[in-house]
Amino acid sequence: MIKRLMALFPVLFGVLLITFALLHLVPGDPVDVMLGESASQADRTVLRETLGLNQTLPEQFAHYLQQLLQGDLGLSIQTRTPITQLLIQAYPATLALAATALIIGVLVGVPLGIASALKAGGWLDILVTLFSIRLAAMPAFWLGPVLMLIFAIWLGWLPVSGMDSPVAIILPALTLGLGLSAILTRMTRISLLEVLNEDYIRTARAKGLSEQAVMFKHALRAALLPLVTIIGLQMGSLLAGAVITETIFSWDGIGKLLVESIEKRDYPVTQACVLVVSLSYVLVNLCTDLLYRWLDPRTRGAG
Amino acid sequence: MRLASICILAVWLVAVVFGRWLGMSPNHIDLNAILQLPDARHWLGTDDLGRDILARVLHGVEVSLSVAMMVTVITMAIGVSIGLLAGTLGGRLDSNLMRLTDVFLAFPGMLLAIAFAAVLGAGINNLMLALCMTGWVSYARLSRGQALALRARPHVLAAFSLGAGPVRVMYRHVLPLMLSLLLVEATYSMASVMIAEASLSFLGLGIQPPQASWGAMLRDAVRFMLVAPHYVLAVGFCMMSLILAINLGGDWLRDRLDVRSEGQL
Repeated sequence: MIKRLMALFPVLFGVLLITFALLHLVPGDPVDVMLGESASQADRTVLRETLGLNQTLPEQFAHYLQQLLQGDLGLSIQTRTPITQLLIQAYPATLALAATALIIGVLVGVPLGIASALKAGGWLDILVTLFSIRLAAMPAFWLGPVLMLIFAIWLGWLPVSGMDSPVAIILPALTLGLGLSAILTRMTRISLLEVLNEDYIRTARAKGLSEQAVMFKHALRAALLPLVTIIGLQMGSLLAGAVITETIFSWDGIGKLLVESIEKRDYPVTQACVLVVSLSYVLVNLCTDLLYRWLDPRTRGAG
Repeated sequence: MRLASICILAVWLVAVVFGRWLGMSPNHIDLNAILQLPDARHWLGTDDLGRDILARVLHGVEVSLSVAMMVTVITMAIGVSIGLLAGTLGGRLDSNLMRLTDVFLAFPGMLLAIAFAAVLGAGINNLMLALCMTGWVSYARLSRGQALALRARPHVLAAFSLGAGPVRVMYRHVLPLMLSLLLVEATYSMASVMIAEASLSFLGLGIQPPQASWGAMLRDAVRFMLVAPHYVLAVGFCMMSLILAINLGGDWLRDRLDVRSEGQL
């Protein structure tokens, strides 16, 4: 447990280092790129000063870390608003989207996976497998527009985009959640099939337990455990997918903020968005690790 | 499944070659025929500048496949070298390199590629650079795991004790044993690089107009979805069929070469 937490520090340091380095990967002078050719000399000097670009690299990094610890991410170059404020406004929207997508993914994926494992080789299994590989081949920027076309434009059931009404979350969350459900379906199926071949399942059956008791008391518990880790890892694609999904559905979250900041060359905002999303991902994986340890009696108390 | 995969790939190959041969022009603008529905002349209709969607899709496949191939080869070369080095030599170097991959893996999915592409600036070269900078990690992990498992094999120990250097052992005695696994991995990564390229182009970070690319076409198509839904459907279906075919091909290769998962050699 302590070892796991200690391992976090180099990773966090590396994440900070890479996010910091982003600004220095801009070809040429980042100030020129951000302000454009026509900016006055005075403006350039001011921006260079505020970004701290006239200090040495280690000094800049130390300064960056110091500011971060104080919760200060600097100002947006375009709007002069504190970036922390922009993030606080956008974060709940992304969180709501990701959480809804996660719920959809689990509610669709796990039951389908269980059903197809129980009737492995049957028509349901084949159907579910076909459905899940097809979905897995549909990235967000294609699934999103198709869902929008069907449910918002043709059927008119749901709003096309924006976040004015509570039902507006359905389409973007489906876009993200269905992709996740495809992966969870496959993983649940594989995991359950593996567990059903274990000796202790045969023992449970041999001692006369009903099929239901075998499933719910023995098989499912063991089979669903690895899914905790997979869901944690999949949160990564979910968060990255949110960047595109939010752009398609005009969902005012971190992803849209990120894309807009890229278009406006507002690099401090870009940096901050990348940092926040990555930190969330690191945190989610830490939580799933701890949860796994707590859930699995075999690893409880170890390490 | 295998048959379906081969058929789809064959259709694509024929279509690309024929498209070239028939001299279809992906950049021919015809403002009298914008956003037209599919007809005999334009099999998939036309886009917002009256360009033939089929011709652009076919051109997009070429771009997409060549980017995917380049990126896959480069990331594999870098990643496998790093992974082999770490796995064969072990020790300090190994733990440091793995710590580096941990950092890269701490960024969710495509996010780092988006960030790199954003700061490097749009364009096909920067796009590939961004994808290479993030793509090597999974190969490094995979080949390190393999190298660790293979290091204890008698023939590797024998090579070491005969005085072979680590580089020779790596490339002559460890690498050949994991080639089939890498081949399968490369197939899947072709598909995921294609999706990544399209995602970046969709966000306006990749291939720039007028050059046709799937991501950029989808971006345009979504803008005109209300008036011309055939545009988004045509491009999307084409893309999905190819990615599906490549993934099915990967599944088939995996079963055929009997590749087991990591560390089970």
